[in-house]
Amino acid sequence: MSPSTLNDLFKNKVVLGGIVSLLLSILSLFVLNNLVFFVVFLVIFIILLLFNFIKITRKLYDTLGSRLMLFVTASIIFLFFLLLIILIQGSLRILSEESLPSLLFSSTWKPFSGEFGLFAVIIDTLIVTAISMLIAVPISLLSAIYIAEYAPKKFKNIVRPFIDVLAGVPSVVFGLCALLVFVPIVRDDIAPFFGSNISSGFSLFTAALILAIMVFPIIISLCLESFNSIPIALKEASLSVGATKWETVKKVIFRASGPGILAAIFLGFGRAFGETIAVSMVIGNQELIPSSLFGPGQTLASLIASNYTEVSSIPILASALIFVALLLFIVVLIFNLLGYLVLRRASKRWKY
Amino acid sequence: MLASVFIVMGSLILIVGVIVFNGAPSLSLQILTQTSEGGFYLGAGGGFLNAIVGSLLLALPATGLAFIIGIAIALYLQKDFLNPSIANFIRICLDILWGVPSVVYGVFCLTIMIAIGMTGGSVLFGIIALTLLEIPIITRSIDESIKMVPAGLKETAYSLGSTKVETAMKVVRRQAMPGIIAGVLLGFGRGIGDAASILLTVGDSNYFPTSLSDQTAALPTMILNLVSMPDQVVQNKAYAVAFVLLMIVLLISIITRYLTKKSSKHIIK
Repeated sequence: MSPSTLNDLFKNKVVLGGIVSLLLSILSLFVLNNLVFFVVFLVIFIILLLFNFIKITRKLYDTLGSRLMLFVTASIIFLFFLLLIILIQGSLRILSEESLPSLLFSSTWKPFSGEFGLFAVIIDTLIVTAISMLIAVPISLLSAIYIAEYAPKKFKNIVRPFIDVLAGVPSVVFGLCALLVFVPIVRDDIAPFFGSNISSGFSLFTAALILAIMVFPIIISLCLESFNSIPIALKEASLSVGATKWETVKKVIFRASGPGILAAIFLGFGRAFGETIAVSMVIGNQELIPSSLFGPGQTLASLIASNYTEVSSIPILASALIFVALLLFIVVLIFNLLGYLVLRRASKRWKY
Repeated sequence: MLASVFIVMGSLILIVGVIVFNGAPSLSLQILTQTSEGGFYLGAGGGFLNAIVGSLLLALPATGLAFIIGIAIALYLQKDFLNPSIANFIRICLDILWGVPSVVYGVFCLTIMIAIGMTGGSVLFGIIALTLLEIPIITRSIDESIKMVPAGLKETAYSLGSTKVETAMKVVRRQAMPGIIAGVLLGFGRGIGDAASILLTVGDSNYFPTSLSDQTAALPTMILNLVSMPDQVVQNKAYAVAFVLLMIVLLISIITRYLTKKSSKHIIK
């Protein structure tokens, strides 16, 4: 495209944009009676008007384009720190009234009498996340290996899209199923089997179970991706020196895709740790130090979901919930950085 | 190994089956095409068209915004524009943002709402929360597909005298198109199904939202509200809503498959 046609094209767009924004500004003043929109559109109009007097050369187009992209990219970094700063600032109020140790290590959460101890909730969160990962990781690793290496091609072609779709199913749907299916099962079958007869079904174990199921598709689809990117020569080399299929899987595939598997597990962990809605639907929402796995509990994320309605009546509660959100953010931050460092080391060591 | 596949597939089929078998019977034309009447949560009539429209009004603008921001960042992260070590730093930041639970974005918006004295909720903050949620998802997916664009293709464009921005907008964008479509629809799917960020920011309403400061109903929050009611008949409506949500997600994934296939015809291998 020659410079002149580019210029014409751009000019046409500018003129069109100018007319549209002028019309919108008039519309927002007289029809919507909205001053803010009027000013916004007027400013756009004036900028576009200015553009009309500048000759748009390709060089200018290039400069403007890359400056704009730089601006957006810089603003996302800004957003990252803004998120952190706003959360810290919001939680300053609770931190000034209660010390950090008493927040983290006292276990009475009674917003109405002004006690905000998070210890029980933190313990519950750790238990639920750990159990769900204990269930999810081995099962999904084994199924990923089966799907990638052992399954017939037909089966693979059906299963892969299915798993991908399920990775996108909203958590509230999982929560609803857990409510309908797993709560009665845990109440009537699993809890009595383990000798706790008074479980209502709304328990830490139920939450861990549904989290494990939510994490399956995520770990499996990421693992499949990294299994598939292993060069076939690597597998053939192993098989040709007489290794059995399982030996190949264990010693070659797991090693070669080690970083990918680790990344999948970290991502699954993050999802399980921060899941809010599905957990709050089945966990029972009581801030107690658990006496058994089949008793009710509360995780950090579900604490926010079940307490936010009282924010307007107890102002300090808002600050406490912001502090909880800050905790979630920081844990995710630390885990991601840790994951990044581990991955970097791992991919150096397991290079092939 | 086979047993674990059966566990995984069984539990996932169970989830879908439960929603389909409980949701489909309680679905009717009337429930899909009417807005809720007053006392919908107490067993009154009406449908949940307001929630469907509300969800779309939240997720579509959020996806649009996140797409514009995401594609600008993803194109800028190429080593043609940015030093790779800085780009990697930004990628780590985006990955962290991706991992941040959606409820944190909800709290973030709630904090701002409290600070400016707004109570109840509004469409605007719902859109902001969803945009924040979708930006890392869309950006990283587009970024991954841009990484796959062969360097030779870009060099060809440069050797013909095109500038960096022209190369990015015309060559790289077109070559990365399947990834861009997949990323945007992935973000949209996450946005429309996310309950935690919406729950804290949009409130509830029986009508269509008419301005950005209105409260609105949305599909995920409606499920939560319906389920928390003691009445069994009301609870059954939750399955109908969940069924609609599941169908939307399924539809998105079918559209993704179709569009990626269609657009990958035009890429140079």
